[in-house]
Amino acid sequence: MSLYRDTGVVLRAHKLGEADRIITLLTRRHGKVRAVAKGVRRTTSRFGARLEPFGHVDAQFYTGRTLDVITQVETVDAFALPIVGDYQRYTAASAITETADRLTLDEGEPALRLYLLVTGALRALAEGGRDPSLVLDAFFLRAMAFAGWAPAITECARCGEPGPHRSFSVQSGGAQCGRCRSAGAVHPPAEVFLLLEALLHGDWPVAEATTQAVRRDVSGLVAAHLQWHLERQLRSLPFVERRARESPIAHQLGSDGTSTDPEVPGATQGTRERGVTHDATAT
Amino acid sequence: MYEGVVQDLIDELGRLPGIGPKSAQRIAFHLLATDPADIGRLQDVLGKVREGVQFCEICGNVSEQEKCRICRDSRRDTSLLCVVEEPKDVLAVERTREFRGRYHVLGGSLDPLSGVGPDQLRMRELLARLGAEEVSEVIIATDPNTEGEATATYLVRMLRDFPGLRVTRLASGLPMGGDLEFADELTLGRALSGRRAL
Repeated sequence: MSLYRDTGVVLRAHKLGEADRIITLLTRRHGKVRAVAKGVRRTTSRFGARLEPFGHVDAQFYTGRTLDVITQVETVDAFALPIVGDYQRYTAASAITETADRLTLDEGEPALRLYLLVTGALRALAEGGRDPSLVLDAFFLRAMAFAGWAPAITECARCGEPGPHRSFSVQSGGAQCGRCRSAGAVHPPAEVFLLLEALLHGDWPVAEATTQAVRRDVSGLVAAHLQWHLERQLRSLPFVERRARESPIAHQLGSDGTSTDPEVPGATQGTRERGVTHDATAT
Repeated sequence: MYEGVVQDLIDELGRLPGIGPKSAQRIAFHLLATDPADIGRLQDVLGKVREGVQFCEICGNVSEQEKCRICRDSRRDTSLLCVVEEPKDVLAVERTREFRGRYHVLGGSLDPLSGVGPDQLRMRELLARLGAEEVSEVIIATDPNTEGEATATYLVRMLRDFPGLRVTRLASGLPMGGDLEFADELTLGRALSGRRAL
């Protein structure tokens, strides 16, 4: 029996049989691991709530024929408890774990940088000090950089001419200079480029000094850029609650004919207004 | 591979949840050896379950009529409403014999990763009931897991401004028959914060 031990974040949990679950973890040294947690759904399970999504755990596995089996688990950080106590943070955390799952196609392939990004983002959401929407957009930008799809912000995505530039094209991969500007490009305010740059490099004082309007525009662009490169829609993104109304840029992207391909959803995804219709009815 | 209809039966049984190929084969051969009268009863029930079973128009529980047995029962306390995820949770609460109110079945829990948001659950119906019925307390009895807790959080946010409504959540803590040293941090933390004076 081959045993190994690693720390990891629980990305997903699927029911298996009567009382088991298949747990998808993003681990520090073994990349994405799918393993069976036997009896975890029973109230007397020794795993308890440690293997719930968003949990950061130290686990021991033994290598199985198809799936590995989890034998012991200790909690490193209990991120789930504060995150599920706030619906906005829960939807943002769901989008983070889904993106991490999508970006790691091969199981067992180490992805240390992505693992650190996911734990950092979930820690920021659990601590609650920052706007969940900004944390999510910063994670998306840095996860895209990990995948090699970081948007060009300070130089032209096509010819590389140093900026600042005023146009942004999702299909071209970021900012565009006047000569390279393509038909579907949008023209966000200069503050949008500043916020994109700040989120990509973790400059939080600059990011947190921005207005809600600029954050909305950035959310729209980042969501469109991510889904263009993933080539599939993120299922959790339409449920992410943002603090305000949909971005005007998101509307531009969705209506200019460049982002209407059903395989490549527009930036309107992931810009749901906080306080949905039920709240309005309730009050 | 078996011939014809026997293999078809094994394939169909194998599509049921929790039934693997070996179990499907065992059940199929058990059915072949069973008294024809028993098979006839099984056939009857399978035929009726598709046509005869519907969802209660009030609470969303499975029912043979437009209103389920619990919603038709006039002895039930109409001021108490227990919100659960699935019809099987109604049965679980009923088995306690502690609750005499009525139920509201959401039809699942909020799970963005599976594409389930508030619009996919029976939340509008819950609001409509609270507006039309004299409910003084809503007991949120969603599962004590990540999705169930997030659903409870959403419900609390949705219902907290309802005038004169008390919103409560099932207590969570240590299971009977367990050892404290094996309790996970989340459960033990909940048990500590929810402790009560004796």
